[in-house]
Amino acid sequence: MTFKQYMKRAWPLYIMIAPGVVFVLLFRYYPMYGIVIAFQDYSLAKGFLNSPWVGWENFERLFAFAEFGRFLGNTVLIAVAKIVADQIGAVILALLLNEARIILFRRAIQTLIYLPHFLSWIVLGGILLDILAPFGILNQAIVNLGGERQLFLGSNSWFRGTVILSGFWKNVGFSTIVYLAALTAINPTLHEAAAIDGAGRFRRIWHITLPGIRPTIVLLAALSLGDVLQAGFEQILTLYSPAVYRTGDIIDTYVYRHGIVSAQYSLAGAVGLFKSFIGFFLIVSSYYLADRYAGYRIL
Amino acid sequence: MIRESGWFSRLFDSFNYVFLALFALLCLAPMVHIFAVSLSGRAPATAGFVSFWPIDFTLENYQEVIGSRTFLRSFFISVARVLTGTSLNMVLIILTAYPLSKTPRAFKGRTIFIWFFVFAMLFDGGLIPTFLVVRGLGLLNTLGALILPNAVPIFSVILMMNFFRSVPKELEESAVIDGASHWRVLWHIYIPLSLPAIATLTLFAAVNHWNAWFDGLIYMTDAANYPMQTFLRTIVVELDLTNVGIDPRDLQRLSDRAIRGAQIIVATVPILVVYPFLQRYFISGIKLGAVKE
Repeated sequence: MTFKQYMKRAWPLYIMIAPGVVFVLLFRYYPMYGIVIAFQDYSLAKGFLNSPWVGWENFERLFAFAEFGRFLGNTVLIAVAKIVADQIGAVILALLLNEARIILFRRAIQTLIYLPHFLSWIVLGGILLDILAPFGILNQAIVNLGGERQLFLGSNSWFRGTVILSGFWKNVGFSTIVYLAALTAINPTLHEAAAIDGAGRFRRIWHITLPGIRPTIVLLAALSLGDVLQAGFEQILTLYSPAVYRTGDIIDTYVYRHGIVSAQYSLAGAVGLFKSFIGFFLIVSSYYLADRYAGYRIL
Repeated sequence: MIRESGWFSRLFDSFNYVFLALFALLCLAPMVHIFAVSLSGRAPATAGFVSFWPIDFTLENYQEVIGSRTFLRSFFISVARVLTGTSLNMVLIILTAYPLSKTPRAFKGRTIFIWFFVFAMLFDGGLIPTFLVVRGLGLLNTLGALILPNAVPIFSVILMMNFFRSVPKELEESAVIDGASHWRVLWHIYIPLSLPAIATLTLFAAVNHWNAWFDGLIYMTDAANYPMQTFLRTIVVELDLTNVGIDPRDLQRLSDRAIRGAQIIVATVPILVVYPFLQRYFISGIKLGAVKE
């Protein structure tokens, strides 16, 4: 087949893909070129081309900051705690839902626990700021029971716990879906055969149901490696305040405050590049592990 | 179906039902509380007397919200964003996914294009450079800043591509023998057969557009252009009376606790309206990702 014959049939494919390519070039690749600001003393007036080059100076300044260790530590700590809580919670909830035999009841529960996943952090944050306020409903209940008012969002001893728990609230229900799908794929004859052999309910859960979803657990554990730097930017930006920067400031909120709010583009750009770089390797490793141990490929 | 009859098993069942019901109610309780506050009189709401049932029932808070021009303006900006943004997303997802679903023989360069998109998905230029590009293109304070930067959601393109690859090849082959071009094949074979996948991705795109607020916060320097969730942020999260573009008296009024509750509920209603459809489709949406050749 000559090139001409090939193009006679295939040319529409190139027209179709062109707009997508243009958008991705403009809004994903062109900003990658903008990474050079991390190595410059960038100013808007001079632009990418004329701002003076400073080499690794922004990074040296950054690594010398005490803040750097703080926000990096907060990011990893919050993200890992969320992943662990979410996955363990989702497996347990899915197993319990699977044991609830009344279909209508099960559907009703699922409908209720999936809902928070589809609401924005502004809506959920607005709700949380209201109920967790010093005179909100939760503190009123605590006082009525004889306890003391707590600053759930304003104190460093509570903030991370509040973030992890409210993240759990938003996502755990939705995370059960993957496990529930895996549970329906378990062959019921396995259960029947085991029951005939005299295995009780809990032995069957342990020896049939759990091994049945093990590949899914392994897969999600592998994929979650890609989220180790994702502590929940929109959530924390909504809930935090200067009083809890010590325990709640993460990479993304730091970039936002220094880059967008105070226009220190080069410093924030350096932090952002640091995150993109590590994040890229984390995601690639997670896909590698998912392929290696769970046979999962996105392509 | 195995019948469970042991007493321990039955005891477990009872605990299980009670636990699941309590857990679900706990998930829902904060929203019920805010709903009750939004239907209460302002005095009992501010004093913190309301728990899960309205006190001094009134619809006044909702009338305030609907009557506020600032709130309505942001509501319609969000509606415009959902309509234009979702349409643009879907056109681009389908047009990009179709060529990528072909074999490298039928579409030369496929491998390069695939990596072009996948790399762009995995490596993020970062907030600051993206912001500077959007700014440089003169998109600040336009609807374009909200819909163009994420016009091609690459993960959705991959899901769509995987779905297209599951369409039987024989259908396409017979159409090609009858002289159909790629345009006709896409329009008359692939799109009709992929409606469940298209519905799923459309719903997800619409929900994402409705819920998005951070891009509004950074790309709209004039608060008069805020979409609703961003506007809501200025009221429920960070009350700033000096915000340009919003009448401070209006802002003051909308920040009353019961009226804040009403705004949160209004922002949630569109999600509740599409929620039954979402629920029907998102299971298939999750499975989309698992389609392989």
